[in-house]
Amino acid sequence: MEYENYFKMTVPALSRNESFARAAVAAFVSQLDPTVEELSDIKAAVSEAVTNCVVHAYADSETIGIIEITARLSDNNVYIKIRDRGCGIENIEQAMQPLYSSRPEEERAGLGFAVMESCCDKVKVSSHPGKGTSVVLQTAFKKKAIV
Amino acid sequence: MTFELIHRDSCLVVCISGDIDHHSAAQIRTATDPEIERVMPSMLIFDLGEVSFMDSSGIGLILGRQRLMESLGGAVAVKNPPPAVRKIITLSGLSRLILNGDKTERTGK
Repeated sequence: MEYENYFKMTVPALSRNESFARAAVAAFVSQLDPTVEELSDIKAAVSEAVTNCVVHAYADSETIGIIEITARLSDNNVYIKIRDRGCGIENIEQAMQPLYSSRPEEERAGLGFAVMESCCDKVKVSSHPGKGTSVVLQTAFKKKAIV
Repeated sequence: MTFELIHRDSCLVVCISGDIDHHSAAQIRTATDPEIERVMPSMLIFDLGEVSFMDSSGIGLILGRQRLMESLGGAVAVKNPPPAVRKIITLSGLSRLILNGDKTERTGK
C-alpha cells in the first residue's frame, strides 16, 4: 500500500532554529511509529545538516539567510532535504572527511557529515559555490507505515 | 537546556539537562571557561545524565574544554551519557573519557 506525505518549511539560518528544525522533522516522522533509536538518529542527522547551514552557509553574508527543509514519507522511507542558498562547498569530498572543519577555531569538531552518515542509510550532498548546498538524508524505517 | 556548575573536591562538575547543540553549547562554554580559569580544577566532569539530545557540537564542546584543561595540567571526563549521547561520543572516538560504572552517582539535584 502506498503511503505518501510531505511537509516543507523555511526558517532563517539562526542557531535557535536548530532545535526547532529537528523537533519539527521528528514530529513529522512520528506518524511512522519509529523506535526511540530511529527518532534520535533522525534528530541528530537533521541537527548536523541545519547547523552546517547556520555555521557555514551564510558566514560571509551581511543578511540572515534562509534554510529550506522538506521531508517526504514514502511507504517506510523518509527523505529529508535541507537546502541553503549560501556560499556552497568548494570541495565536498574534503568537507565530508571526518575531523575536517573549515572553522576549527569555532570548536567545530568536523564530525557533522560523519554523524549524518552513521545516523542515516544515505546522505547525498550537492553544492554549487556561490549558489548553495543541499543535503538529502534518506532512511528506511523498520516498521511499515501505519495508515 | 539548563546547566549547573558544581564544585566537588578538586573537580568541577558541569551538570547539564536538556539538548546540547551548536546554540546551547555556546552558553555552556561561555559560563564554564571563566570558572575553569578561576578555580583551576584537577578534573572537569560533564554529567550528561539528564541530556535529552546531543550532536557533534557537544563533541566540539568537550574537545575544546579538554584542550583548556590540559593546558592547565588537568583532565576531562564524561559521565552518565544516555544511549543516544553515548553513540555520538563513541563515533567521535572519545569513549575513553566516559567514566566507568553503568550509573555513576548523579551530582547535584
